[in-house]
Amino acid sequence: MSLPPPDLRPGEAADLAARTAARAADEGIAQIAYATVDSPVGRLVAVQTPRGLARLAYELVNGGLDEILDDVALRLSPAIVEAPGRLDLVRRELDEYFDGRRHDFDVALDWSLSHDGFRRRVLQECARIPFGATRTYKDMAIAAGSPTAFRAAGGALGSNPIPIIVPCHRVLSSSGGLGGYTGGLERKRTLLAIEGGLLM
Amino acid sequence: MTKPTARLPPFQRFLDVHCGDVLRYLVASVGRHDADDAFQETFLSALRAYPRLPADANLRAWVLTIAHRKAIDVHRARGRNPVPVAEIHDGAQPPASPAAADESSHSDHWERVRMLPTRQREVLTLRFAADLSHADIATALGCTEEAARRAAADGLKNLRKEIADVAATA
Repeated sequence: MSLPPPDLRPGEAADLAARTAARAADEGIAQIAYATVDSPVGRLVAVQTPRGLARLAYELVNGGLDEILDDVALRLSPAIVEAPGRLDLVRRELDEYFDGRRHDFDVALDWSLSHDGFRRRVLQECARIPFGATRTYKDMAIAAGSPTAFRAAGGALGSNPIPIIVPCHRVLSSSGGLGGYTGGLERKRTLLAIEGGLLM
Repeated sequence: MTKPTARLPPFQRFLDVHCGDVLRYLVASVGRHDADDAFQETFLSALRAYPRLPADANLRAWVLTIAHRKAIDVHRARGRNPVPVAEIHDGAQPPASPAAADESSHSDHWERVRMLPTRQREVLTLRFAADLSHADIATALGCTEEAARRAAADGLKNLRKEIADVAATA
């Protein structure tokens, strides 16, 4: 005789899985929560730890959701769940920023996905560049304590795990050019335009 | 930098891949009413242990084994006096059309499985609702593969007999 498995209603298991994931994040059983956030520069993947926002990735630039999460699983922990509610503050601040209503971000940051030492110092200095201002790669090298290391400063900014909120788009080439950008130059231009500067 | 060749997927992907199988198994083994809670307990327990799991673990058999343990908890909590099938189906039931009888038969046969002796119930749900091999079932139950096969055969025999009895009295 045959014993076919019970039928489920469409979406029943997925709904239950979503509720379980939210509970895992709320009760602190999952160390890491993520959500996707739509924005004028494309869909973003935001990843949060108990310490704060650890990753804000351009979904299309960084190889897609799976690749972004695989990298976080490998470097931090595989205990990752999708929990949009845990990222409400990040989503709201980003929405306000893209609407031109927010100049500074208040979300806590977790630096654990940036390398220790010089690279992290460059990124932390970058986080202090005010809205609407720009700096050069040389400025950043000096601020991080190695005046001649402007090339390495560019590398550090290129590895920025939290772009937009750590505003590496505000760092330009000394020659007056845009320099590079982790999300592509078009996005750098868009972000600078939002901040009222520089339309080239 | 060298990356390990095998590594655990992010938990969310593991949850997405196995949620349907786990829910089907739990609906069969504890019934719809208790399946939701047991499902959540299963995946929360799994998550607690997940970061320490070897990357080459058989994730499907592992999570279904956890679900099996949660099902045991449900059956224990109900005490040793499960609600008899008769109580659910006695009384004035509207005469079912042949099509309706066909549709309801899936849930009916799992209700009957839930009335079987513990080991037979466990083996039949793990085999037919969770689609585990007899070897994985033996591991989950801590018995030999031969014992699992025997319990499955006994369970099916009892089930057939019961269905024949029901048909005879109908």
